[in-house]
Amino acid sequence: MRHIIAVLLENEAGALSRVAGLFSARGYNIESLTVAPTDDPTLSRMTLVTTGSEEIVEQIKKQLNKLIDTVKLLDLSDGPHIEREMMMVKVRAERPDREELKRLADIFRAKIIDVTDTSYVIELTGASKKLDAFIDAVPEGLLIEVVRSGPTGITRGEKGLTL
Amino acid sequence: MKTTTDDTGAVLSGAEIVVQALCDEGVELVFGYPGGSVLHIYDALFKHGGMRHILVRHEQGAAHAADGYARATGKCGVCLVTSGPGATNAVTGIATAYMDSIPLVVLTGQVPTPVIGSDAFQEVDTVGITRPCVKHNFLVKDVRDLAVTIRKAFHIATTGRPGPVVIDIPKDVTDPSIKIPYYYPRDIQLRSYNPIAKGHPGQIKKAVELMLQATRPIFYIGGGVILGEGSTSLIELVRSSGFPLTSTLMGLGAFPASDRQFIGMLGMHGTYEANMAMHDTDVLIAIGARFDDRVTGRIADFCPHAKIIHIDVDPSSISKNVRVDVPIVGQVASVLADLTQLYQERRTEAQNLTEWWVKIDGWRQLNCLEYDRTSALIKPQFAIETLHQVTNGDLYLTSDVGQHQMFAAQFYPFDKPRRWINSGGLGTMGFGLPAAVGVQLAFPNAPVACVSGEASILMCIQELATCKQYNLPIKILLLNNGYMGMVRQWQELFYESRYSHSYVDALPDFVKLAESFGHVGMRVTQPADLAPALQEAFALQDRLVFLDVVVDPTANVYPMIAAGKGQHEMHLAPGMAERELA
Ligand SMILES: Cc1ncc(C[n+]2csc(CCOP(=O)(O)OP(=O)(O)O)c2C)c(N)n1
Ligand SMILES: [Mg+2]
Repeated sequence: MRHIIAVLLENEAGALSRVAGLFSARGYNIESLTVAPTDDPTLSRMTLVTTGSEEIVEQIKKQLNKLIDTVKLLDLSDGPHIEREMMMVKVRAERPDREELKRLADIFRAKIIDVTDTSYVIELTGASKKLDAFIDAVPEGLLIEVVRSGPTGITRGEKGLTL
Repeated sequence: MKTTTDDTGAVLSGAEIVVQALCDEGVELVFGYPGGSVLHIYDALFKHGGMRHILVRHEQGAAHAADGYARATGKCGVCLVTSGPGATNAVTGIATAYMDSIPLVVLTGQVPTPVIGSDAFQEVDTVGITRPCVKHNFLVKDVRDLAVTIRKAFHIATTGRPGPVVIDIPKDVTDPSIKIPYYYPRDIQLRSYNPIAKGHPGQIKKAVELMLQATRPIFYIGGGVILGEGSTSLIELVRSSGFPLTSTLMGLGAFPASDRQFIGMLGMHGTYEANMAMHDTDVLIAIGARFDDRVTGRIADFCPHAKIIHIDVDPSSISKNVRVDVPIVGQVASVLADLTQLYQERRTEAQNLTEWWVKIDGWRQLNCLEYDRTSALIKPQFAIETLHQVTNGDLYLTSDVGQHQMFAAQFYPFDKPRRWINSGGLGTMGFGLPAAVGVQLAFPNAPVACVSGEASILMCIQELATCKQYNLPIKILLLNNGYMGMVRQWQELFYESRYSHSYVDALPDFVKLAESFGHVGMRVTQPADLAPALQEAFALQDRLVFLDVVVDPTANVYPMIAAGKGQHEMHLAPGMAERELA
């Protein structure tokens, strides 16, 4: 099963490599990993997406918790949560295709943020599946480049993953 | 500078802070080897003189010696090595300590901060190289962080599940000309690190209920009982329950081996009765043990009838390899005290285990460790038994890795914890001699021996010089079979006796070698000469004696569960299987 796990880490040099090293050393899957400082400058927040059997995911969480730099950890998949990923897509946008690409962007509530005579850059935010769907919808041969941030997530309701 | 109050008002350089902080931490011994990046620290050591520095002959030896010291005393081992090759040489020792959860603080020098990342002379990414084999590591970039980092390192190394912690210190951070006010924090709170102490009462209750219903219970204990100082509570619980107990290689001594309830080591070279009882048990009580593959054999066949209780301080050990029914996370000593109390309260009468013991005693009758006592050659088993007799069972015994290690584990019954000192998890050849250095320094008047093989001993033989410099009267019992015996055994059993590169050719004359280092060397070839030679060796109370004991080169370690086989599928010594059927 796919799990999205949020981790609050000490904002120390090397904290990220401890997490990355853990996944490679123990042979765990890692689909994506994003990390950035939080409103508290001593903490970073990491979101990672992994897949595995329940036993493996349980071990992954225990091993992450065992890292001295891990302050708190939450498996967002355990409860209602919101997941968002940002994507920028560069597409070939010559005369005959421009209108259709514009329409497609509107349908997905995406924004066109860069325009040249022959190309668009389209920005889209949403759950990872929605981003996948958009890429599938772009007509054959028009995709030039896709860049995705990897998902981040937050629980629903008033409780937060904080100290 | 020698006072140890918190706020001394002292103004110290980074180098002085390192030395003062170690003193304030109560460190008696530092095992080290100097080099460019730690010279400021060595200079501070020279001037300070507050603790003893032991000069080893290789940084691997420093780490193993600190490790042996830690295993024997329960205190944190400390070593100090230079950057680059000093640090990489120490890595094997750090990994050895990591695999067996031994508390170490390893101080490594680093190139000055301005040149980090420039491939400077003797620069390696020590924090990167050691990351997967430490509990935690630090790079100190500012002298103001030094004291608190050292305190954190000792705190992390010695609490929870212990382990090695590396502190990498760039040379400019120890600059003698930059002095700052020194303050050593006593208590340290880490918001991200809070090991669990007490076991959950609900889980303890469930465990007691399972124990009370059991008809074929068994304790399976590991090194965690020793690390967690749980031996005394364990003995009380085991004796009051009447259950049998088996131990891993690392747990030997936590429960007295001479007790009738001890049914031997389990696992790959465990006893027939221990492995059969594991296979048959209905309630398994695992304490401070981690279900290692050398213990479980094929997981599918591991304790197929058992409900499993698992007590461990490390939550990630729970259900890692084997799913358990009642996990209890907490300090072994604390959990065992609570569990024992509740067990004794709830039990109305002694549990009837007669049938279970009849079964176990039946397996015991096989006498699975029996060997040929009439042999004209010295059998390695006989050598260990003789060592036990001559030392009256009162010995610190370190070991290298191979057949001799397994024979020692099988034939030297340890009755006390912290007496059997060996590399279990990593299986590091070369561990034995430097570990003995650490043990003998911790207990200068206690008998300390190292059992080794002619292949293993050569991996850290240089430490004979350390032994000479500090007059360490260690007794080395070399079981010289002329082979990497454990490798030869696998090749005999699983590679149709194709002995590929396991014959140890061109061996040195160990007697002369010992003598050239200034020690006493003896060679023993006849069974009858062994006890007198050992007596003579131990009588030489101020000399290291190197006993080169020529043993039967064909001896194999039995019983044996081949890698990946079930725990009931043991190879017994040749001839024994027929007896089992009969
Ligand atoms: C550093 C290291 N290299 C290789 C091995 C693999 N190994 C395990 S036992 C062994 C042979 C040990 O031979 P010896 O020290 O003579 O002991 P014996 O088995 O003969 O008693 C070897 C090579 C190891 N455990 N450690
Ligand atoms: Mg040998």
